[in-house]
Amino acid sequence: MANSYQVVVCGGIVPDPLQTLEPVAGPAGPALKNEMMLPAVLDPWAGHALYEAAALARKFPGSKVYLVSLAPKAKLQQVMMTIAQRVPLELVALDGPGGGFTDSAETAAALAGAIQGIAGLDRSKLLLFGGWESASRGAGSTMQMVAERLGIVDQFQGVDELQIGEDGSLRILERVEGGQHQVSVCDAPPALLGWATGNLGEPANNAQVGMQNMRTIMPSLQKAKPTQLKSGIAFASVALPKLQRETRIVKDASVDEIAKEIADWAAAE
Amino acid sequence: MEERPSMEVDIVCVGFGPAMGGFLTTLTPALAEFPEAPQVICYERADGVGFGVSGVVTRARGIRQSFPDLDVSQIPMAATVKQEKVLYLLDPVGASRRSKPVKALDAALRTAGHSDRFAVELPYTPEFLHKTNGLILSIGQFNQWVSEQLMMTGMVQVWPGMPVAEPLIEDDAVTGVRLADQGGMPGMDIRAKLTVVGDGPVGPVGRKIDEVLGTPPGFERNEWAVGSKMVIELPDGVDLEPGFVLHTMGYPEPEIFGFFYVHPDRLASAGIFVPSWFDNPVRTSYRYLQHFIQHPYMEQFVKGGRLRSWGAKSLMESGRRGEPFLCGHGYARIGEGSGSTNVLTGSGVDEAWTTGIQLAEGVIELLREKAPFTRDNLDRAYVTRRRSSWIETEGRAAEHARNGFQKGFIRGLVGMGLAGVTKGNIVVHAEVKPTHERVGTIEDYFSDRIPREEIAKIREQAKADGTPLHDLLMDRSGWPPIEYDGQLLVTHQDALLMGGKVQASGGFEDHVRFLRQELCEDCVTQICVEVCSGEAIAPNKDGGNVPVFDKEKCVHCGACMWNCAHAVDASGRTNIEFAAGGGGLHSAEN
Repeated sequence: MANSYQVVVCGGIVPDPLQTLEPVAGPAGPALKNEMMLPAVLDPWAGHALYEAAALARKFPGSKVYLVSLAPKAKLQQVMMTIAQRVPLELVALDGPGGGFTDSAETAAALAGAIQGIAGLDRSKLLLFGGWESASRGAGSTMQMVAERLGIVDQFQGVDELQIGEDGSLRILERVEGGQHQVSVCDAPPALLGWATGNLGEPANNAQVGMQNMRTIMPSLQKAKPTQLKSGIAFASVALPKLQRETRIVKDASVDEIAKEIADWAAAE
Repeated sequence: MEERPSMEVDIVCVGFGPAMGGFLTTLTPALAEFPEAPQVICYERADGVGFGVSGVVTRARGIRQSFPDLDVSQIPMAATVKQEKVLYLLDPVGASRRSKPVKALDAALRTAGHSDRFAVELPYTPEFLHKTNGLILSIGQFNQWVSEQLMMTGMVQVWPGMPVAEPLIEDDAVTGVRLADQGGMPGMDIRAKLTVVGDGPVGPVGRKIDEVLGTPPGFERNEWAVGSKMVIELPDGVDLEPGFVLHTMGYPEPEIFGFFYVHPDRLASAGIFVPSWFDNPVRTSYRYLQHFIQHPYMEQFVKGGRLRSWGAKSLMESGRRGEPFLCGHGYARIGEGSGSTNVLTGSGVDEAWTTGIQLAEGVIELLREKAPFTRDNLDRAYVTRRRSSWIETEGRAAEHARNGFQKGFIRGLVGMGLAGVTKGNIVVHAEVKPTHERVGTIEDYFSDRIPREEIAKIREQAKADGTPLHDLLMDRSGWPPIEYDGQLLVTHQDALLMGGKVQASGGFEDHVRFLRQELCEDCVTQICVEVCSGEAIAPNKDGGNVPVFDKEKCVHCGACMWNCAHAVDASGRTNIEFAAGGGGLHSAEN
């Protein structure tokens, strides 16, 4: 059984989901209106991966969690002010474009390069974590490509649970078609786990964790490597699912009437 | 619950607003000169450093002092003030409650043919109201920008999403703060040599210090306002220059002052202030704001526009009269909660920022001297600076400038004018009463418009529906119903879901608590329900008369606290406890 793990979590940032997002056509392709003004959060899918990583590290003393993030430095710094209070981690920051309008292969290459640059990384302890998709673009391909570049062949996507066996094997619950879970057993690290939601809630903020993390986070941000991604793909346009707000006040409508109106509206659409 | 953890830092700061921005911006560059740089940490209640604040037109003297080479274009939504107008708005709908003198003024202006779009532009703007060369800011965006500068130095940590429950007080000294419990985990005690309190007028830390350590003679916090504001995308065809500013008075009610200012990128902020001396017990800022933007003068700019976001906050308008002890053993107070807001000039951010600068200069002085943060030392290093500055001079001039409004709108304007011209030497004297002493019953307020029997029926209907009374009473008393268009005019509940939405953080207890429930049971006005900026406080339709609170809707404006109709002790503390809590509005522009 492995004594400890090195869990590398790849996590980008996305606009706070409580913001109203409006795609627009920018000079360099699709963008979000006022993107730099919007507050950002850690990509929720990557967030699940990070919280699972932290739980694993707590369970196996001596383990370490790295968060590798490619995002505009100023925005990443804002997000770290929240994330760094929740789980002990070491940040590996790349100063580059955030959001979903980037080529997954280019993003994967940058992330893999950063991971290879982590000093003292031991493949026999390496668990590569990430979201199985992203809130900004659900291509679901980036983590797979990162793993391939790192030569990690044991890959699992849509993971909801990881258990470590007595022999150090990894027992993994993956989402598969039809709402089923598939159980796989992998002998040992290295492995890629692209997390779905997992089973953990958001950890409470912890002032002490924040203080400890900041010792490494600010230096990492200060020396974040500027990263430019080649434009390997052109995004022609983007739109939100059609959403129309229709506010009316109708008094004393019955449930049947409300249901009929919604059904009629949906049929008309 | 687990054992409460604790840790020690050198300086702990509560609340990241303009005052703390001024403090940390001034302090941080000096920290590097010390062989062992003091550890400085700041906790902010809201989920982001740009959330739950507002926007402002400010002279920005303090901000420009901190950033002499400020490039305004680097701060989103910021613009330099280019043009200011003061407008008197007439009532275009006939529903506004206007006294005889106000009606006479309206008639005279109409007869003289001076009104265009039911508005009269004042021929000049009094000097004391001018914000010439000042800045238009979204404080949310400004806070984000300031925090970026600070955090990148690595000398200070600013942590949002971390409400501070209370100060740690031992004997007559503040020894740090206690963070709020979350999810069954006890909040950490942060022990510090210096606690800097900048949590605003409704913040629990400042209020607890006042409660335990007392307040100076003459201290009174009996004048407040709810500021409510929309950020609007201007419609096509409306080309206003960024930096254009309107100050308004007269409509939707004479007591309600308004503002409109233009940011870059075709954005504008429009808002109103609903003051504590406005006697309507159903004082809803949201509905009045909707009438304000539909005034024909305002409508020419915003009709066809789109609501981007909306927000509200309390302003402590007692100003210098509400100044607490500015320091004591181990602590100092800065910002709005330290009584720095100037109600004569209608300015708070500039003053707050400057008090932060002054405290930082004092703290640097004491650090260099290796002097402890005792009351005497802080008094010498900070309070003396503040007393000899324009904050004190202008705060004194404004101290009683608005007392006249206690006796009516016209006398209030006269009083402001006199105070402004004479620098506070001549004012209209009047006793300033807090809401719970001033506001009467709904039946009395509407007695000239709605029979009591009808009000009783309206009460029954609202109670059954679990809704506030204000819309029903305003509709009945002549205010035109709001024609929702889903773009600019949306329901109050929809506004909570537009722009940055409202959300409570998990794990914290309800932060609005009704202390003596028997007082709520007997309360017939329930101003807390009517004034609530997020409709988070609602009538209890399931029995009893104690309102229900839904923290998922709360924007943390704190208006419920000072609008409660009942005081529970001689200090004027009301029956609503407004405690520390996370979450709120997630808008970084409003």
